[in-house]
This record gives sequence, structure tokens and C-alpha cells, in this order.
Amino acid sequence: MTTLSTSRIGDLVLKVRSKNAGPFWVTIDVFCDRRDVFDRLVQTLTTERVAALYKVAPDQLKRFDIPDLRVIKFSLPRPVVQGSASDRDMHGAQYAALLEELTL
Amino acid sequence: MTTRVLVPSGVLGLGFDRKALERGVAMSPDIICIDGGSTDSGPFSLGAGQSKYSRAATKSEWRALMQARAQAGVPLVIGTAGTCGTDSTVDWMYDITVELARELGQELRIARLYSSQPMARVADALAAGRITPLPPAPEVRLDDLTNIVALAGAEQIQAALAAGADIVIAGRTTDTATIAALPLTRGDAAGGVWHGAKIAECGALCSTNPTSGVIMVDFDDTGFTVEPLAEGARCTPHSVSAHMLYENSDPFRLFEPGGYLDVTGARYTALDDRRVRVEGSVWVPGPYTVKLEGARIAGYQTTILAILRDAHYARNAQKWVDRLTGFLQSEIRTRMDLSPQDYGLEFRLIGVNGALGVLENRTGDPVEVGVLGVITARSQAEAAEIGKLINPFVLHYPLTDDEELPTFAFPYSPATTDRGALYEFALNHVMALDDPMSAFRIEVTEIRAEVPA
Repeated sequence: MTTLSTSRIGDLVLKVRSKNAGPFWVTIDVFCDRRDVFDRLVQTLTTERVAALYKVAPDQLKRFDIPDLRVIKFSLPRPVVQGSASDRDMHGAQYAALLEELTL
Repeated sequence: MTTRVLVPSGVLGLGFDRKALERGVAMSPDIICIDGGSTDSGPFSLGAGQSKYSRAATKSEWRALMQARAQAGVPLVIGTAGTCGTDSTVDWMYDITVELARELGQELRIARLYSSQPMARVADALAAGRITPLPPAPEVRLDDLTNIVALAGAEQIQAALAAGADIVIAGRTTDTATIAALPLTRGDAAGGVWHGAKIAECGALCSTNPTSGVIMVDFDDTGFTVEPLAEGARCTPHSVSAHMLYENSDPFRLFEPGGYLDVTGARYTALDDRRVRVEGSVWVPGPYTVKLEGARIAGYQTTILAILRDAHYARNAQKWVDRLTGFLQSEIRTRMDLSPQDYGLEFRLIGVNGALGVLENRTGDPVEVGVLGVITARSQAEAAEIGKLINPFVLHYPLTDDEELPTFAFPYSPATTDRGALYEFALNHVMALDDPMSAFRIEVTEIRAEVPA
């Protein structure tokens, strides 16, 4: 059973998933599962902090707090366009690791 | 009117539950729809105009769907045929279909919907101010694109169905268009149609058993009902509503040709432990625009892989590649007369920051480090030549001048691999159309059974 005393996001939530949303965007879904975890993340996980994690300007980051699903969703322009010479992760699925490992 | 759409899988080529497909056919669907592509695996498919899935896997699955179609006596539609939906992959899919029709003894009317865009059409639209960038859009440069496609919507699929097609092989379409077409023709509620189509486009990904593939959606004049057909698979209000998050930058809005879907007011209700009813989604009509995708060759690549197992080098891998890169740039300048602006040379440290690069914020003490050298040049010959030039140094270069020459692990011989062309996505734009068919064309062919001589 997860306790709220933990502060690493990956230990609190059910799953953090990232995926391309087309070649120019990546989207990260935080499945909180529990309402208390969702409420805590909504209060303490700032958009600025997530933007800094992915090295984008905060106004480039779209954020959706979805209470019905207990999900927080972030979408950002891909740091490198999918498949370009400097892309290291074609499907964008490893971006999730950074948020999963973030400590509140 | 209720319209029943059978979706065998999220994409042709990944497999589906054949028993569940049988169950679906027995439920008398009005149409069978499957997606054939995506940009998700990168720009190669579009750039080269080739399918990413094997012909064998495609043919084996398409055979089962052609048999299901014959049994159900309803149209079968594939969208974005051959991964990228260029004219070349539509024809590739058509060849497979004709081959199967002969093997199965089927007589068919096949409609091919072509989505490739001639450069001149896009250039004219650009000059006329009918092309709008979507953020973040690259600058439009059309002269060197190998392929451009426009994403067809429901209207173009409807036109292909109206031609009396048993099978529609569509080029690039939106993920939802093939599923939405028939219910819209029959007057089902547009909000429910587009929402249901989005939920169904990945097959059973909206259920508790994502790999089972097959699902059924019933559309009507107030919404839709979704039901997975594999044994034990269930749709729940949560599994269905959560699917709007998937590969979608905005979970409440979905843009399509001619408007957008707004699911802010959608209500999800469990009808029983497997089926979910959805109502309250809204379709908001807008200008008729189609999204464009394009790709170009951005260079040619050669790669080299060395493994540093020596603890001294594994620990100092970044320092080693920084020093090595400087040395190699000077060698390449001296021996090939190329400056670093003329080519790309990048070493990625697998075991250090291979996946995330500059975003990586963790450090560790790796047992070994894979050094993946990626060379990008103006021709394959040039990339290969740089690869051969750097090969001995990647194998032996020392961390400092006063140490013995090391020898790292090369996993194969030759150490370099020519990768061919590197493609890049070159458009993130929409093009306005007065008539939905003005950027698409349909070709109808009759396949007759062969009469034995």
C-alpha cells in the first residue's frame, strides 16, 4: 500500500506514461489511481517544475488536471522532432522516466 | 439508425484474436474498419513510401479480414494503408488484395482512395495562403520532399463507399475517418460518431485486455456503445474515457477535417461489466481543412558501436568521447577536407544518457558503456568514408597522451553499418479545401474470378 509520506512520484502513482502525440509533440500521462494522491500532486507538482525537467518554457507546456480519471496530463513540443538526426527515442516513451523519478 | 462497426485491431499487422473476430462477424456488423498506419514509428515509412510491416504478416491478417467480409457481406475498409498511406503503399496493399482475391476465389469491387499530394498543388495552396502552420511547425520547403500526403476525413471514405466498394483501400486518413464514415452517412449523432471512432481506432486498447484487438461499436442518434469481443475482455467507464488521453496532446478536443470533437461533456455509463455507453460528446463544425504530412531526406548515415568495459574508460566515457570528437574533427578536416558543418558526428553513451541525452539528470557507475557513433553526411559514400576513417580511432584512442593504447570491444565486423537515408518530417500544417475531394482521387476496379481454361 502506497503511503503519502513517500515523495517520489513513481512510488505514489499507478503509472507514468509518455508517448508521441504526432511527430512534433510528446504527451505524458500521470495515472494517480487514488484521489488523495491526485489531490496531492495537483497541489504540489508545479507546471514550472515539470517544464524545467523537460527544459521547455512553462508557457509551452499544456497541463490538464482531470479529476474524473485522477490523471494529470502534460503535453509539450518534442525537445527534438521525432526521427530527426538528434532524436534518441523514436516513440517518446522514455520521457516518462524523468517525471516518474521526480521527488516532490 | 443504429450503425454497427466492427474494428478487428488497432492496426493491420499486429495480430488479433481470430475467435473474437468470428464472434464479431456473427453479430452482423454493417462495416469492418481497420487502421493500417501511423507516424508513430518515425519518418522512414513516409519518406521512402514503404510499409513498416512485413508483407507476410499483412497478407495473413488481410486474408482473415477478407474472409470475414465475405461472410458478413459488408464493406471492409482500411485507412492509411501500408503505414504511411502514400499512393505507393495503397498500390502495395491493392496487389496483396488482388492476390488474395484470386487465392480465395472472391469477386470484388475495390476502391482505392489516393492521398498523395503533387508538389505543385501544395505549392499553389501555399501561394494562395491556404496553408496554415500548426505549432510547432517547421518552415515550409517543398522542393526536396520525397512524399506529401493529406489526411482524408470521413467525406472521402464516404465517397469511396458510395462507389459500391466491397473493399476500400485508403491512403492517409485520420485515425478515426474510416470508422466515422458510415455512421455519419446514416445520420448518427456526429459527436458520438467521432468520439466512438477515436475510442475504437486502437482496437481493444480502450478495454482491460488491450492485445485482444477486436471491438464492436454501435452508433446511434444519441451516442455510442462500445464492447470488446475477446473472451474475458471488458470495457469500463475508466478504460474508455482514459483512451482519450492516448497519443493525444489535448484529451478533450480532437481536430478532424471540417471541425472538431469536444468531449468535455461526455458521460460514460457501464451498461454491464463489459459494455460502456457514451453520450454528451459534441461535434463543432469548422472550416474544411486537411492535415498535411511530408518527409525529406536529411542526409545519409553510417553508425559504429564500441563497448567500453575497462572501468577507467567506462567511468570517463564522456571525457573520452569529447577528446575523441575533437581529434576526429581535425583528422576528417585534414584527410577529407570537410569541416564539422559539412557532416554530423555524434557519440551517444548507452548506459549513461543514451535515451534522454541532455535531459538525463541521473548519474551512476555503469559496468560498461556502449558508445554509439552516428555519422550523418551528404551522401552514403561520404558517410561510409567518414566511418572507415574514424574506425581505428574509435577502437584505440587513449584518454590521455601518456597512456597505453586501449582496445575496446567491437561487436561485429565490419565495425561500421551503413544505414541508408535519414528522413525527417517536414510539415505540420493544414490545407484548406473548398471541395473535400479536390485533393484526393478514387479509382474503382472490379476483380472477376478467373475462369479455368
